[in-house]
Amino acid sequence: MNHSISLTVNGARRDFVLDDPRVTLLDLLRERLHLTGTKKGCDRGQCGACTILVDGKRINSCLALAISHDGADILTIEGVARGDQLHPVQAAFIAHDGFQCGFCTPGQIMSAIGMMREAQAGNDPERIRECMSGNLCRCGAYAGIVDAVLEAQAGTDEANQRRSA
Amino acid sequence: MKQFDYVRPATVTEAVAAAAQPGAVYLAAGTNLLDLMKGGVSRPDRLVDVTHLGGLDQIETLADGSLRIGALVSNADLAHDADFAKSYPAVAEALLSGASAQLRNAATVGGNLLQRTRCAYFYDTASRCNKREAGTGCDAREGENRTHSVLGWSESCIATHPSDFCVPLVALDAVIEIEGKHGRREIALDELHRLPGNTPERDAALEPGDLIVAVRLPPSARGFAAHARYLKVRERTSYAFAVVSAASALRIENGKIAEARLALGGVAAKPWRARAAEDVLRGVAPTADAFQEAAWRALTDAKPSGDNAFKIELARRIVVRALTLAAAGTPARIPALPASPFASTSGAIHA
Repeated sequence: MNHSISLTVNGARRDFVLDDPRVTLLDLLRERLHLTGTKKGCDRGQCGACTILVDGKRINSCLALAISHDGADILTIEGVARGDQLHPVQAAFIAHDGFQCGFCTPGQIMSAIGMMREAQAGNDPERIRECMSGNLCRCGAYAGIVDAVLEAQAGTDEANQRRSA
Repeated sequence: MKQFDYVRPATVTEAVAAAAQPGAVYLAAGTNLLDLMKGGVSRPDRLVDVTHLGGLDQIETLADGSLRIGALVSNADLAHDADFAKSYPAVAEALLSGASAQLRNAATVGGNLLQRTRCAYFYDTASRCNKREAGTGCDAREGENRTHSVLGWSESCIATHPSDFCVPLVALDAVIEIEGKHGRREIALDELHRLPGNTPERDAALEPGDLIVAVRLPPSARGFAAHARYLKVRERTSYAFAVVSAASALRIENGKIAEARLALGGVAAKPWRARAAEDVLRGVAPTADAFQEAAWRALTDAKPSGDNAFKIELARRIVVRALTLAAAGTPARIPALPASPFASTSGAIHA
């Protein structure tokens, strides 16, 4: 039996006919939309490489059935920059060497963007490490990742202050 | 993953009817179920998706002062609800000590209660496991079992229940509301999870089609807000299941413990309420001696199921330390490392 769903992916509405209910959001993004920035690491919810935002919240796309997310608003790594202008978290990862091989990086960046929206960690490095524990980096670039998140968070705090001043 | 039929009922009544069929299971966020299905551990014929049902995602205070939490509230939304964290701090701390931020954003209250054990032999379909396939045997019994049960286990199964959330909930007398084929009923959370006995394949006291629609905390649960903690020892500081954990909650009046609540996690097939320990704490001053006595009472019936005798002594020490932390007072903010014994928070001492 075929199932029709529609999603908003990086701002554009997309309609799909699923001939198999087993398709995850991860596989839909990679295989149907060819948005391969979202990585398949463990495919079991343990590594965080597949992190995307669904309705503004970060989740593991490998453990989400596409069919169950009809109507969802999805943001992937391909949708965070504005043209050639990198998202502040992307720029901070480059500035602070927040990666080595790069495989986990899209998931790290999406997770950091989601974490900053959650506003639980602030600029406390210990809380940032805890709130990013769902993203593994086997190269061990954690020190650079935390520095990058701290810088992006500081930029956000500054922008908020400017707005409220 | 085995092929399955997908149905999305419009009402709770339709959902119960659809899920009462043989081979059917409910799908909420799927953070545990999909993992099990990918590994061939769970092989359902039909998924009944309840995520679109209305009215199950509310947190509401009832007229009698109870708190009712809808089964579809996410673990993260509940833990980060400011009123909830203030009134039930040990529950919020337990939630934030579990899984990762991504998983907590997706995982639901009802799903957390019904997650399956993380016993490696349950997950490995090449191993014998009475919980996965009744009557086949238990390879954990003579296998790698240092994290397995020390209370309530049987020769059939030595698996533990992995939830952190359930531990303070059971200490606070949580009740679950169930919609089933014969209408609505409620049971104490303490009666939901079953000890294995000879039927470890049945995790919970639920019938086919039963749907948990809400968890309720009674008015008395608020009375412990000033002295409530969750403490969890794990193999790494974050994103790991408990080796042993404890939820402790005290009501202290005039320097004496008016009422104590204590439950242990990671030690049995269910969150383990330690009522005998609570009894010895009633009416006494919150001293190290009293907490030691409570810890001995809590583990009186414990016995190793394998290479895990250390968990009994560890559990005693976790009990003493969780009670000591609770007596010192709930911190104003949940520590940066929730429930960690390594957190640099006030009142953290070695037992």
